[in-house]
Amino acid sequence: MADKNSFIQSWCTIQNNKIDLNGETIFESEPAIGFADFAKAAYRNFGWSYPKFFKMDSLSKLAFIAAELLLKDETSSETENDIALVFSNKSSSMDTDVTFQESIATKENYYPSPAVFVYTLPNICMGEISIRHNLKSENSFFIFEKFNPGFLSNYTDVLLSTNRAEKVLCAWVDFYKETYRANFYLVNSTEGLEHNETTIKTLFNT
Amino acid sequence: MEAVKQELKEKIISVLNLEDVNPEDIKDTDPLFGAGLGLDSIDALELIVMLDKDYGIKLLDPKEGKAIFESIETMAKYISENRTK
Repeated sequence: MADKNSFIQSWCTIQNNKIDLNGETIFESEPAIGFADFAKAAYRNFGWSYPKFFKMDSLSKLAFIAAELLLKDETSSETENDIALVFSNKSSSMDTDVTFQESIATKENYYPSPAVFVYTLPNICMGEISIRHNLKSENSFFIFEKFNPGFLSNYTDVLLSTNRAEKVLCAWVDFYKETYRANFYLVNSTEGLEHNETTIKTLFNT
Repeated sequence: MEAVKQELKEKIISVLNLEDVNPEDIKDTDPLFGAGLGLDSIDALELIVMLDKDYGIKLLDPKEGKAIFESIETMAKYISENRTK
Protein backbone atom coordinates (compact mmCIF):
# COMPACT_ATOMS: atom_id res chain seq x y z
CA MET A 1 0.00 0.00 0.00
CA ALA A 2 1.32 3.44 -0.87
CA ASP A 3 2.40 5.54 2.12
CA LYS A 4 2.67 8.93 0.44
CA ASN A 5 -0.19 11.40 0.09
CA SER A 6 -1.28 12.16 -3.44
CA PHE A 7 -3.43 14.89 -4.95
CA ILE A 8 -5.19 15.68 -8.19
CA GLN A 9 -3.73 18.93 -9.41
CA SER A 10 -5.79 19.40 -12.58
CA TRP A 11 -8.09 17.44 -14.84
CA CYS A 12 -9.53 17.54 -18.33
CA THR A 13 -12.41 15.84 -20.13
CA ILE A 14 -12.95 15.72 -23.89
CA GLN A 15 -16.07 14.19 -25.41
CA ASN A 16 -18.84 15.12 -27.83
CA ASN A 17 -16.79 17.95 -29.35
CA LYS A 18 -16.38 19.66 -25.98
CA ILE A 19 -13.32 20.26 -23.80
CA ASP A 20 -13.64 20.81 -20.05
CA LEU A 21 -10.65 21.84 -17.98
CA ASN A 22 -10.91 21.74 -14.19
CA GLY A 23 -14.68 21.64 -14.41
CA GLU A 24 -15.14 24.50 -16.85
CA THR A 25 -15.86 24.26 -20.56
CA ILE A 26 -13.01 25.95 -22.39
CA PHE A 27 -13.81 24.93 -25.97
CA GLU A 28 -16.63 23.34 -27.93
CA SER A 29 -17.77 23.09 -31.50
CA GLU A 30 -21.05 22.08 -33.03
CA PRO A 31 -21.84 18.41 -32.46
CA ALA A 32 -22.39 17.72 -36.17
CA ILE A 33 -18.74 18.03 -37.21
CA GLY A 34 -16.44 15.02 -37.12
CA PHE A 35 -13.54 14.55 -34.73
CA ALA A 36 -10.88 15.54 -37.28
CA ASP A 37 -12.45 18.96 -37.78
CA PHE A 38 -13.10 19.36 -34.05
CA ALA A 39 -9.47 18.53 -33.26
CA LYS A 40 -8.20 20.97 -35.89
CA ALA A 41 -10.52 23.70 -34.56
CA ALA A 42 -9.28 23.10 -31.01
CA TYR A 43 -5.64 23.23 -32.16
CA ARG A 44 -6.27 26.56 -33.91
CA ASN A 45 -8.27 27.91 -30.97
CA PHE A 46 -5.45 27.34 -28.50
CA GLY A 47 -2.86 28.79 -30.87
CA TRP A 48 -0.55 25.80 -30.81
CA SER A 49 2.29 25.42 -33.27
CA TYR A 50 3.23 21.76 -33.66
CA PRO A 51 2.78 20.63 -37.30
CA LYS A 52 3.28 16.98 -36.39
CA PHE A 53 -0.16 17.12 -34.76
CA PHE A 54 -1.73 16.87 -38.21
CA LYS A 55 0.11 13.63 -38.96
CA MET A 56 -1.24 11.87 -35.86
CA ASP A 57 -4.11 9.42 -35.81
CA SER A 58 -7.31 10.30 -33.95
CA LEU A 59 -6.33 8.56 -30.70
CA SER A 60 -3.04 10.45 -30.55
CA LYS A 61 -4.72 13.76 -31.41
CA LEU A 62 -7.23 13.22 -28.61
CA ALA A 63 -4.47 12.39 -26.12
CA PHE A 64 -2.28 15.22 -27.37
CA ILE A 65 -4.97 17.86 -26.85
CA ALA A 66 -5.76 16.77 -23.29
CA ALA A 67 -2.09 16.40 -22.35
CA GLU A 68 -1.23 19.76 -23.87
CA LEU A 69 -3.81 21.49 -21.69
CA LEU A 70 -2.56 19.82 -18.51
CA LEU A 71 1.18 19.90 -19.16
CA LYS A 72 1.81 23.15 -21.02
CA ASP A 73 2.80 24.98 -17.83
CA GLU A 74 4.38 21.91 -16.24
CA THR A 75 7.14 20.96 -18.60
CA SER A 76 10.21 22.55 -20.09
CA SER A 77 11.93 21.76 -23.35
CA GLU A 78 15.25 22.56 -21.69
CA THR A 79 15.17 19.82 -19.04
CA GLU A 80 13.83 16.31 -18.57
CA ASN A 81 10.44 16.34 -16.94
CA ASP A 82 9.77 13.68 -14.34
CA ILE A 83 6.11 13.00 -15.14
CA ALA A 84 5.02 9.37 -15.55
CA LEU A 85 2.20 8.41 -17.92
CA VAL A 86 -0.42 5.85 -16.92
CA PHE A 87 -2.99 5.52 -19.68
CA SER A 88 -5.86 3.16 -20.41
CA ASN A 89 -8.71 2.54 -22.79
CA LYS A 90 -11.07 -0.07 -24.17
CA SER A 91 -10.58 0.10 -27.94
CA SER A 92 -6.79 -0.02 -28.00
CA SER A 93 -5.72 1.29 -31.45
CA MET A 94 -8.61 -0.47 -33.21
CA ASP A 95 -9.75 2.63 -35.10
CA THR A 96 -6.39 2.92 -36.85
CA ASP A 97 -6.00 -0.86 -37.09
CA VAL A 98 -9.17 -0.98 -39.20
CA THR A 99 -7.96 1.85 -41.43
CA PHE A 100 -4.68 0.05 -41.99
CA GLN A 101 -6.38 -3.29 -42.64
CA GLU A 102 -8.55 -1.66 -45.30
CA SER A 103 -5.43 -0.41 -47.07
CA ILE A 104 -4.15 -3.98 -47.48
CA ALA A 105 -7.45 -5.82 -47.93
CA THR A 106 -7.08 -6.57 -51.63
CA LYS A 107 -4.14 -7.70 -53.75
CA GLU A 108 -5.14 -5.26 -56.49
CA ASN A 109 -4.96 -2.26 -54.19
CA TYR A 110 -2.27 -3.30 -51.71
CA TYR A 111 -0.56 -0.12 -50.58
CA PRO A 112 0.17 -0.29 -46.83
CA SER A 113 0.75 3.21 -45.51
CA PRO A 114 3.78 3.54 -43.21
CA ALA A 115 2.29 6.70 -41.71
CA VAL A 116 -0.86 4.79 -40.72
CA PHE A 117 1.01 1.68 -39.63
CA VAL A 118 3.06 3.52 -37.01
CA TYR A 119 -0.14 4.27 -35.09
CA THR A 120 -1.34 0.66 -34.88
CA LEU A 121 -0.42 0.44 -31.19
CA PRO A 122 -2.28 2.38 -28.47
CA ASN A 123 0.83 3.39 -26.57
CA ILE A 124 2.09 5.43 -29.52
CA CYS A 125 -0.02 8.31 -28.19
CA MET A 126 2.17 8.28 -25.06
CA GLY A 127 5.22 8.47 -27.31
CA GLU A 128 3.81 11.55 -29.01
CA ILE A 129 3.22 13.21 -25.63
CA SER A 130 6.67 12.19 -24.40
CA ILE A 131 8.32 13.74 -27.46
CA ARG A 132 6.31 16.93 -27.15
CA HIS A 133 6.95 17.36 -23.42
CA ASN A 134 10.46 15.93 -23.20
CA LEU A 135 9.47 13.01 -20.96
CA LYS A 136 11.73 10.01 -20.50
CA SER A 137 9.78 8.72 -17.54
CA GLU A 138 7.74 5.63 -16.66
CA ASN A 139 4.82 4.91 -18.95
CA SER A 140 2.22 2.16 -19.14
CA PHE A 141 -0.89 1.64 -21.22
CA PHE A 142 -3.62 -0.70 -19.97
CA ILE A 143 -6.66 -2.08 -21.78
CA PHE A 144 -9.82 -2.31 -19.66
CA GLU A 145 -13.47 -2.94 -20.41
CA LYS A 146 -14.27 0.44 -18.85
CA PHE A 147 -12.64 3.36 -17.03
CA ASN A 148 -10.99 1.86 -13.94
CA PRO A 149 -10.19 4.62 -11.39
CA GLY A 150 -9.38 2.14 -8.63
CA PHE A 151 -6.59 0.47 -10.60
CA LEU A 152 -5.21 3.75 -11.91
CA SER A 153 -5.13 5.38 -8.47
CA ASN A 154 -3.36 2.42 -6.88
CA TYR A 155 -0.80 2.24 -9.69
CA THR A 156 -0.22 5.99 -9.50
CA ASP A 157 0.25 5.96 -5.73
CA VAL A 158 2.86 3.23 -6.04
CA LEU A 159 4.79 5.26 -8.61
CA LEU A 160 4.75 8.33 -6.38
CA SER A 161 5.49 6.55 -3.10
CA THR A 162 8.45 4.71 -4.60
CA ASN A 163 9.76 7.94 -6.11
CA ARG A 164 9.49 6.60 -9.64
CA ALA A 165 8.02 9.92 -10.70
CA GLU A 166 7.46 13.40 -9.37
CA LYS A 167 4.01 13.59 -10.95
CA VAL A 168 1.78 11.20 -12.88
CA LEU A 169 -0.47 12.00 -15.81
CA CYS A 170 -3.32 9.48 -15.74
CA ALA A 171 -5.76 8.92 -18.56
CA TRP A 172 -8.64 7.04 -20.03
CA VAL A 173 -8.36 7.85 -23.73
CA ASP A 174 -10.62 5.89 -26.04
CA PHE A 175 -11.46 6.42 -29.71
CA TYR A 176 -13.34 4.16 -32.09
CA LYS A 177 -15.39 5.15 -35.13
CA GLU A 178 -15.98 8.76 -34.07
CA THR A 179 -17.05 7.83 -30.54
CA TYR A 180 -14.46 9.06 -28.11
CA ARG A 181 -13.75 10.14 -24.59
CA ALA A 182 -10.69 11.44 -22.79
CA ASN A 183 -10.47 11.63 -18.99
CA PHE A 184 -7.08 13.05 -18.04
CA TYR A 185 -5.80 14.11 -14.64
CA LEU A 186 -2.43 15.12 -13.24
CA VAL A 187 -1.43 13.77 -9.82
CA ASN A 188 1.25 15.15 -7.50
CA SER A 189 2.39 14.61 -3.90
CA THR A 190 1.90 18.09 -2.54
CA GLU A 191 -1.42 19.81 -3.13
CA GLY A 192 -4.79 19.61 -4.83
CA LEU A 193 -7.90 17.48 -4.49
CA GLU A 194 -7.51 14.28 -2.55
CA HIS A 195 -6.46 11.58 -5.00
CA ASN A 196 -8.60 8.50 -4.60
CA GLU A 197 -11.16 6.44 -6.48
CA THR A 198 -14.11 8.42 -5.14
CA THR A 199 -12.71 11.78 -6.22
CA ILE A 200 -11.84 10.47 -9.68
CA LYS A 201 -15.33 9.04 -10.15
CA THR A 202 -16.84 12.35 -9.09
CA LEU A 203 -14.67 14.47 -11.36
CA PHE A 204 -15.37 12.33 -14.41
CA ASN A 205 -18.96 11.55 -13.57
CA THR A 206 -18.52 7.79 -13.84
CA MET B 1 7.69 18.46 -66.46
CA GLU B 2 6.14 21.62 -64.96
CA ALA B 3 2.80 19.84 -64.66
CA VAL B 4 4.45 16.94 -62.84
CA LYS B 5 6.12 19.35 -60.42
CA GLN B 6 2.84 21.06 -59.60
CA GLU B 7 1.09 17.71 -59.21
CA LEU B 8 3.87 16.46 -56.94
CA LYS B 9 3.62 19.48 -54.66
CA GLU B 10 -0.12 18.96 -54.27
CA LYS B 11 0.27 15.22 -53.69
CA ILE B 12 3.03 15.67 -51.11
CA ILE B 13 0.98 18.19 -49.14
CA SER B 14 -2.03 15.89 -49.21
CA VAL B 15 -0.31 12.55 -48.59
CA LEU B 16 1.99 13.84 -45.85
CA ASN B 17 -0.68 16.01 -44.15
CA LEU B 18 1.39 19.18 -44.40
CA GLU B 19 -1.12 21.54 -42.85
CA ASP B 20 -0.46 25.24 -43.48
CA VAL B 21 1.79 24.50 -46.49
CA ASN B 22 0.65 25.59 -49.96
CA PRO B 23 2.08 24.38 -53.28
CA GLU B 24 3.48 27.83 -53.97
CA ASP B 25 5.44 27.67 -50.70
CA ILE B 26 7.53 24.80 -52.06
CA LYS B 27 10.33 25.87 -54.39
CA ASP B 28 11.39 23.34 -57.02
CA THR B 29 14.90 23.12 -55.61
CA ASP B 30 14.07 23.30 -51.89
CA PRO B 31 15.41 20.33 -49.91
CA LEU B 32 12.49 18.09 -48.96
CA PHE B 33 14.25 16.69 -45.90
CA GLY B 34 16.15 18.40 -43.12
CA ALA B 35 16.08 22.16 -43.31
CA GLY B 36 13.57 22.36 -46.16
CA LEU B 37 10.11 20.92 -45.66
CA GLY B 38 11.39 19.06 -42.61
CA LEU B 39 10.14 15.65 -43.70
CA ASP B 40 11.15 12.61 -41.63
CA SER B 41 11.88 8.92 -42.26
CA ILE B 42 8.21 7.90 -42.16
CA ASP B 43 7.49 10.57 -44.77
CA ALA B 44 10.23 9.06 -46.94
CA LEU B 45 8.54 5.66 -46.75
CA GLU B 46 5.23 7.29 -47.60
CA LEU B 47 6.79 8.89 -50.69
CA ILE B 48 8.08 5.48 -51.80
CA VAL B 49 4.52 4.11 -51.54
CA MET B 50 3.24 7.13 -53.48
CA LEU B 51 5.71 6.50 -56.32
CA ASP B 52 4.45 2.93 -56.57
CA LYS B 53 0.74 3.70 -56.23
CA ASP B 54 0.49 6.79 -58.43
CA TYR B 55 3.31 6.36 -60.93
CA GLY B 56 3.96 2.63 -61.03
CA ILE B 57 7.56 3.04 -59.91
CA LYS B 58 8.99 0.49 -57.48
CA LEU B 59 12.14 1.65 -55.72
CA LEU B 60 14.07 -1.56 -55.24
CA ASP B 61 17.25 0.04 -53.93
CA PRO B 62 16.56 2.28 -50.90
CA LYS B 63 19.89 4.05 -51.52
CA GLU B 64 18.37 5.54 -54.65
CA GLY B 65 15.84 7.41 -52.53
CA LYS B 66 18.30 9.94 -51.16
CA ALA B 67 19.03 11.41 -54.59
CA ILE B 68 15.49 11.04 -55.94
CA PHE B 69 13.84 12.72 -52.95
CA GLU B 70 16.30 15.57 -52.76
CA SER B 71 13.81 18.11 -54.13
CA ILE B 72 10.68 18.48 -56.25
CA GLU B 73 13.01 19.00 -59.23
CA THR B 74 14.80 15.67 -58.76
CA MET B 75 11.58 13.79 -58.03
CA ALA B 76 9.82 15.17 -61.10
CA LYS B 77 12.78 14.27 -63.32
CA TYR B 78 12.93 10.70 -61.99
CA ILE B 79 9.17 10.23 -62.34
CA SER B 80 9.14 11.60 -65.89
CA GLU B 81 11.88 9.18 -66.91
CA ASN B 82 10.59 6.07 -65.10
CA ARG B 83 6.82 6.21 -64.73
CA THR B 84 4.75 3.28 -65.97
CA LYS B 85 1.38 4.88 -65.37
